[in-house]
Amino acid sequence: MQLIVNGENLKLQDGLTINGLLKEKDVKTPDMVSVELNGQILRRSEFETTELKEGDNVEFLYFMGGGK
Amino acid sequence: MSLTEQQIERYSRHIILDKVGGKGQEKLLSSKVLVIGAGGLGSPAILYLAAAGVGTLGIADGDKVDLSNLQRQIIHHTEDINVSKVESAVNKVREINPDVDVRIYRTHVRAENVREIIRDYDFIIDGTDNFAAKFLINDACFFEGKPFSHGGILGFDGQLMTVLPGETACYRCVFGYPPSPGSVLSCSQAGVLGVLAGVVGSLQATEAVKYILDEGDLLTNKLLTYNSLKMNFRKIDIKKNPECPLCAENPEIKQLKDQPQPVCNSERKITR
Repeated sequence: MQLIVNGENLKLQDGLTINGLLKEKDVKTPDMVSVELNGQILRRSEFETTELKEGDNVEFLYFMGGGK
Repeated sequence: MSLTEQQIERYSRHIILDKVGGKGQEKLLSSKVLVIGAGGLGSPAILYLAAAGVGTLGIADGDKVDLSNLQRQIIHHTEDINVSKVESAVNKVREINPDVDVRIYRTHVRAENVREIIRDYDFIIDGTDNFAAKFLINDACFFEGKPFSHGGILGFDGQLMTVLPGETACYRCVFGYPPSPGSVLSCSQAGVLGVLAGVVGSLQATEAVKYILDEGDLLTNKLLTYNSLKMNFRKIDIKKNPECPLCAENPEIKQLKDQPQPVCNSERKITR
Protein backbone atom coordinates (compact mmCIF):
# COMPACT_ATOMS: atom_id res chain seq x y z
CA MET A 1 0.00 0.00 0.00
CA GLN A 2 1.01 3.61 -0.53
CA LEU A 3 1.33 5.82 2.53
CA ILE A 4 2.46 9.37 3.11
CA VAL A 5 4.85 9.40 6.05
CA ASN A 6 6.24 12.75 7.15
CA GLY A 7 5.35 14.16 3.76
CA GLU A 8 7.07 11.41 1.74
CA ASN A 9 5.34 8.78 -0.38
CA LEU A 10 6.24 5.28 0.76
CA LYS A 11 5.24 1.83 -0.46
CA LEU A 12 4.82 -0.55 2.46
CA GLN A 13 3.30 -3.95 3.11
CA ASP A 14 -0.45 -4.19 3.81
CA GLY A 15 -1.69 -4.64 7.36
CA LEU A 16 1.07 -2.61 8.96
CA THR A 17 0.18 -1.11 12.36
CA ILE A 18 1.50 2.19 13.74
CA ASN A 19 3.94 0.23 15.90
CA GLY A 20 4.98 -1.72 12.80
CA LEU A 21 5.58 1.51 10.92
CA LEU A 22 7.61 2.93 13.81
CA LYS A 23 9.79 -0.19 13.60
CA GLU A 24 9.95 -0.03 9.81
CA LYS A 25 11.13 3.59 10.02
CA ASP A 26 13.71 2.55 12.61
CA VAL A 27 12.37 4.88 15.33
CA LYS A 28 14.50 3.88 18.31
CA THR A 29 12.54 5.70 21.00
CA PRO A 30 8.80 5.47 20.21
CA ASP A 31 8.13 7.08 23.60
CA MET A 32 9.54 10.28 22.11
CA VAL A 33 7.04 10.42 19.24
CA SER A 34 3.46 11.58 18.97
CA VAL A 35 1.70 10.13 15.96
CA GLU A 36 -0.83 12.01 13.84
CA LEU A 37 -2.92 9.88 11.49
CA ASN A 38 -4.92 11.78 8.85
CA GLY A 39 -4.88 14.89 11.03
CA GLN A 40 -5.80 13.22 14.34
CA ILE A 41 -3.36 12.65 17.19
CA LEU A 42 -3.55 8.98 18.21
CA ARG A 43 -3.59 7.72 21.78
CA ARG A 44 -0.45 5.82 22.62
CA SER A 45 -2.58 2.72 23.33
CA GLU A 46 -3.78 2.82 19.73
CA PHE A 47 -0.29 2.38 18.25
CA GLU A 48 -0.51 -1.41 18.55
CA THR A 49 -4.08 -1.76 17.31
CA THR A 50 -4.34 0.82 14.51
CA GLU A 51 -3.85 -0.75 11.08
CA LEU A 52 -2.80 1.57 8.29
CA LYS A 53 -4.78 1.79 5.08
CA GLU A 54 -3.97 2.79 1.50
CA GLY A 55 -3.43 6.54 1.23
CA ASP A 56 -3.10 7.19 4.97
CA ASN A 57 -1.16 10.28 5.94
CA VAL A 58 1.07 9.74 8.97
CA GLU A 59 3.17 12.30 10.80
CA PHE A 60 5.70 11.42 13.47
CA LEU A 61 5.93 14.44 15.76
CA TYR A 62 9.04 14.17 17.88
CA PHE A 63 9.34 15.41 21.46
CA MET A 64 12.14 17.97 21.52
CA GLY A 65 13.03 19.07 25.01
CA GLY A 66 16.18 21.06 24.32
CA GLY A 67 16.43 24.81 24.35
CA LYS A 68 19.63 25.79 26.09
CA MET B 1 3.29 57.64 23.15
CA SER B 2 5.15 59.53 20.44
CA LEU B 3 8.54 58.61 19.07
CA THR B 4 11.56 60.82 19.73
CA GLU B 5 13.80 61.84 16.85
CA GLN B 6 16.40 59.33 18.01
CA GLN B 7 13.80 56.57 18.08
CA ILE B 8 12.61 57.47 14.58
CA GLU B 9 16.18 57.00 13.38
CA ARG B 10 16.89 53.87 15.45
CA TYR B 11 13.76 52.12 14.23
CA SER B 12 13.70 53.64 10.73
CA ARG B 13 14.00 50.28 8.97
CA HIS B 14 10.93 49.12 10.87
CA ILE B 15 9.01 52.34 10.44
CA ILE B 16 9.51 52.31 6.67
CA LEU B 17 7.70 48.94 6.48
CA ASP B 18 4.04 49.47 5.72
CA LYS B 19 3.04 46.70 8.12
CA VAL B 20 4.95 48.34 10.97
CA GLY B 21 5.10 52.11 10.54
CA GLY B 22 5.31 54.54 13.43
CA LYS B 23 2.17 53.02 14.91
CA GLY B 24 3.59 49.49 14.91
CA GLN B 25 6.84 50.68 16.42
CA GLU B 26 4.87 52.40 19.18
CA LYS B 27 3.04 49.10 19.75
CA LEU B 28 6.40 47.34 20.13
CA LEU B 29 7.66 49.99 22.54
CA SER B 30 4.61 49.61 24.73
CA SER B 31 4.60 45.80 24.61
CA LYS B 32 5.79 43.35 27.25
CA VAL B 33 7.45 40.08 26.27
CA LEU B 34 8.85 37.45 28.63
CA VAL B 35 11.60 35.05 27.60
CA ILE B 36 11.88 32.02 29.87
CA GLY B 37 15.37 30.55 29.60
CA ALA B 38 18.31 32.76 28.57
CA GLY B 39 20.05 29.94 26.73
CA GLY B 40 20.25 28.68 23.15
CA LEU B 41 16.75 29.73 22.13
CA GLY B 42 16.52 32.64 24.53
CA SER B 43 19.78 34.29 23.42
CA PRO B 44 18.75 35.27 19.88
CA ALA B 45 15.17 35.92 20.97
CA ILE B 46 16.27 38.37 23.67
CA LEU B 47 18.81 40.10 21.40
CA TYR B 48 16.34 40.62 18.55
CA LEU B 49 13.45 41.66 20.78
CA ALA B 50 15.73 44.19 22.52
CA ALA B 51 16.93 45.54 19.18
CA ALA B 52 13.33 45.69 17.94
CA GLY B 53 12.43 47.97 20.81
CA VAL B 54 10.11 45.74 22.79
CA GLY B 55 9.50 48.15 25.65
CA THR B 56 9.45 45.70 28.52
CA LEU B 57 11.50 42.55 28.27
CA GLY B 58 11.34 39.95 31.03
CA ILE B 59 14.10 37.36 31.33
CA ALA B 60 13.78 34.34 33.60
CA ASP B 61 16.61 31.89 34.26
CA GLY B 62 18.11 30.33 37.36
CA ASP B 63 21.42 29.18 35.87
CA LYS B 64 24.90 30.58 35.64
CA VAL B 65 26.88 30.81 32.41
CA ASP B 66 29.02 27.72 31.80
CA LEU B 67 31.89 27.34 29.33
CA SER B 68 29.95 24.66 27.44
CA ASN B 69 27.06 27.13 26.86
CA LEU B 70 29.08 29.50 24.71
CA GLN B 71 28.99 27.32 21.58
CA ARG B 72 25.36 28.42 21.04
CA GLN B 73 24.14 30.82 23.77
CA ILE B 74 25.29 33.92 21.93
CA ILE B 75 24.06 36.47 24.45
CA HIS B 76 26.76 35.24 26.86
CA HIS B 77 30.43 35.94 26.32
CA THR B 78 33.59 34.27 27.61
CA GLU B 79 33.96 36.90 30.33
CA ASP B 80 30.47 35.99 31.63
CA ILE B 81 31.39 32.47 32.75
CA ASN B 82 30.03 31.87 36.26
CA VAL B 83 27.89 35.02 36.07
CA SER B 84 24.15 34.44 36.39
CA LYS B 85 22.53 34.22 32.95
CA VAL B 86 19.95 36.89 33.71
CA GLU B 87 22.66 39.32 34.76
CA SER B 88 24.77 38.54 31.70
CA ALA B 89 21.71 38.94 29.45
CA VAL B 90 20.54 42.18 31.03
CA ASN B 91 23.94 43.78 30.42
CA LYS B 92 23.78 42.98 26.70
CA VAL B 93 20.21 44.28 26.40
CA ARG B 94 21.22 47.59 27.97
CA GLU B 95 24.14 47.90 25.58
CA ILE B 96 21.92 47.19 22.59
CA ASN B 97 18.98 49.40 23.42
CA PRO B 98 18.45 51.75 26.37
CA ASP B 99 14.76 52.06 25.40
CA VAL B 100 14.13 48.61 26.86
CA ASP B 101 13.01 48.19 30.45
CA VAL B 102 14.44 44.80 31.42
CA ARG B 103 12.98 42.81 34.27
CA ILE B 104 14.85 39.79 35.56
CA TYR B 105 13.74 36.68 37.41
CA ARG B 106 16.72 34.77 38.73
CA THR B 107 14.86 31.52 39.13
CA HIS B 108 13.71 28.42 37.32
CA VAL B 109 9.99 28.44 36.69
CA ARG B 110 8.02 26.18 38.99
CA ALA B 111 4.35 25.53 39.64
CA GLU B 112 4.42 27.93 42.59
CA ASN B 113 5.95 30.93 40.78
CA VAL B 114 5.25 30.65 37.05
CA ARG B 115 1.73 32.11 36.96
CA GLU B 116 2.80 35.20 38.82
CA ILE B 117 5.87 35.65 36.60
CA ILE B 118 3.96 35.46 33.31
CA ARG B 119 0.88 37.42 34.42
CA ASP B 120 2.07 40.88 33.44
CA TYR B 121 3.25 39.99 29.92
CA ASP B 122 1.59 40.11 26.49
CA PHE B 123 3.54 37.21 24.97
CA ILE B 124 5.78 34.48 26.36
CA ILE B 125 8.69 32.70 24.70
CA ASP B 126 9.57 29.24 25.97
CA GLY B 127 13.31 28.83 25.67
CA THR B 128 13.66 26.22 28.38
CA ASP B 129 15.63 23.01 28.16
CA ASN B 130 13.47 20.36 29.72
CA PHE B 131 10.02 18.83 29.38
CA ALA B 132 8.93 19.63 32.92
CA ALA B 133 9.31 23.35 32.17
CA LYS B 134 7.83 23.09 28.67
CA PHE B 135 4.65 21.40 29.91
CA LEU B 136 4.48 23.75 32.90
CA ILE B 137 4.73 26.85 30.68
CA ASN B 138 2.03 25.48 28.36
CA ASP B 139 -0.28 24.84 31.31
CA ALA B 140 0.46 28.16 33.04
CA CYS B 141 -0.16 30.09 29.79
CA PHE B 142 -3.46 28.25 29.41
CA PHE B 143 -4.59 29.12 32.94
CA GLU B 144 -3.48 32.75 32.56
CA GLY B 145 -4.72 33.06 28.97
CA LYS B 146 -1.30 34.07 27.66
CA PRO B 147 -0.17 33.48 24.07
CA PHE B 148 3.21 31.83 23.80
CA SER B 149 5.74 30.28 21.46
CA HIS B 150 6.99 26.76 22.13
CA GLY B 151 10.43 25.95 20.79
CA GLY B 152 12.50 22.78 21.03
CA ILE B 153 15.83 21.66 19.62
CA LEU B 154 17.84 18.45 19.59
CA GLY B 155 20.76 17.38 17.46
CA PHE B 156 20.22 18.91 14.01
CA ASP B 157 16.43 19.26 14.42
CA GLY B 158 14.18 21.94 15.80
CA GLN B 159 10.48 22.63 16.14
CA LEU B 160 8.19 25.44 17.15
CA MET B 161 4.52 26.28 17.46
CA THR B 162 2.53 29.27 18.65
CA VAL B 163 -0.37 28.77 21.04
CA LEU B 164 -3.30 31.08 21.67
CA PRO B 165 -4.68 29.28 24.73
CA GLY B 166 -8.24 28.06 24.42
CA GLU B 167 -8.39 29.14 20.76
CA THR B 168 -5.73 27.02 19.07
CA ALA B 169 -4.04 23.66 19.62
CA CYS B 170 -1.80 23.63 22.69
CA TYR B 171 1.43 21.75 23.34
CA ARG B 172 -0.51 19.05 25.20
CA CYS B 173 -2.95 18.65 22.28
CA VAL B 174 0.03 17.26 20.36
CA PHE B 175 2.29 15.80 23.04
CA GLY B 176 -0.07 14.93 25.90
CA TYR B 177 2.29 14.17 28.75
CA PRO B 178 6.05 14.38 29.23
CA PRO B 179 7.87 11.29 27.97
CA SER B 180 9.22 8.89 30.57
CA PRO B 181 12.50 10.30 31.89
CA GLY B 182 14.32 7.14 30.89
CA SER B 183 13.66 7.71 27.20
CA VAL B 184 14.74 11.35 27.14
CA LEU B 185 18.03 12.03 25.46
CA SER B 186 19.46 15.30 26.73
CA CYS B 187 21.40 17.88 24.71
CA SER B 188 24.54 16.98 26.62
CA GLN B 189 24.09 13.36 25.58
CA ALA B 190 22.78 13.97 22.08
CA GLY B 191 24.53 17.23 21.26
CA VAL B 192 23.04 20.18 19.44
CA LEU B 193 24.20 22.24 16.48
CA GLY B 194 24.81 25.72 17.88
CA VAL B 195 23.34 27.69 15.00
CA LEU B 196 20.17 25.58 15.14
CA ALA B 197 19.28 27.32 18.40
CA GLY B 198 19.78 30.64 16.64
CA VAL B 199 17.37 29.70 13.85
CA VAL B 200 14.60 28.45 16.13
CA GLY B 201 14.99 31.22 18.74
CA SER B 202 14.90 33.87 16.01
CA LEU B 203 11.71 32.34 14.60
CA GLN B 204 10.17 32.48 18.07
CA ALA B 205 11.05 36.19 18.31
CA THR B 206 9.43 36.70 14.89
CA GLU B 207 6.21 35.23 16.24
CA ALA B 208 6.30 37.58 19.26
CA VAL B 209 6.79 40.62 16.99
CA LYS B 210 3.98 39.53 14.65
CA TYR B 211 1.65 38.97 17.58
CA ILE B 212 2.35 42.45 18.93
CA LEU B 213 1.97 44.08 15.53
CA ASP B 214 -1.11 41.97 14.79
CA GLU B 215 0.23 41.30 11.30
CA GLY B 216 0.67 38.17 9.20
CA ASP B 217 -0.29 34.62 10.11
CA LEU B 218 0.86 33.21 13.41
CA LEU B 219 2.18 29.66 13.59
CA THR B 220 -1.00 28.48 15.28
CA ASN B 221 -2.52 25.05 14.67
CA LYS B 222 0.78 24.19 13.01
CA LEU B 223 3.98 22.55 14.15
CA LEU B 224 6.95 23.85 12.18
CA THR B 225 9.77 21.34 12.03
CA TYR B 226 13.24 22.18 10.80
CA ASN B 227 15.97 19.75 9.84
CA SER B 228 19.21 21.63 9.34
CA LEU B 229 21.00 18.76 7.56
CA LYS B 230 18.43 18.55 4.78
CA MET B 231 17.51 22.23 5.14
CA ASN B 232 13.89 21.13 5.32
CA PHE B 233 11.20 23.28 6.88
CA ARG B 234 7.81 21.58 7.19
CA LYS B 235 4.59 23.02 8.55
CA ILE B 236 2.44 20.20 9.86
CA ASP B 237 -1.25 20.94 10.43
CA ILE B 238 -2.42 20.17 13.92
CA LYS B 239 -5.70 20.89 15.62
CA LYS B 240 -7.20 21.13 19.06
CA ASN B 241 -7.36 17.61 20.44
CA PRO B 242 -10.78 16.70 21.90
CA GLU B 243 -8.89 14.41 24.29
CA CYS B 244 -6.32 17.01 25.35
CA PRO B 245 -5.66 16.60 29.09
CA LEU B 246 -5.55 20.41 29.47
CA CYS B 247 -7.72 22.32 27.00
CA ALA B 248 -10.43 19.77 26.09
CA GLU B 249 -13.92 20.00 27.53
CA ASN B 250 -13.43 17.78 30.58
CA PRO B 251 -9.75 18.21 31.27
CA GLU B 252 -7.79 16.00 33.58
CA ILE B 253 -5.40 18.81 34.53
CA LYS B 254 -7.07 21.45 36.63
CA GLN B 255 -4.04 23.00 38.30
CA LEU B 256 -0.30 23.35 37.89
CA LYS B 257 1.97 20.61 39.10
CA ASP B 258 5.75 20.23 39.09
CA GLN B 259 7.18 17.20 37.41
CA PRO B 260 10.68 15.91 38.03
CA GLN B 261 12.43 15.69 34.69
CA PRO B 262 15.97 15.37 33.44
CA VAL B 263 17.35 18.60 32.01
CA CYS B 264 18.93 19.14 28.63
CA ASN B 265 21.98 20.82 30.05
CA SER B 266 25.50 19.64 30.51
CA GLU B 267 26.37 21.33 33.77
CA ARG B 268 23.73 19.54 35.74
CA LYS B 269 23.40 15.87 36.48
CA ILE B 270 20.87 13.89 34.54
CA THR B 271 18.45 12.34 37.00
CA ARG B 272 16.54 9.26 36.02
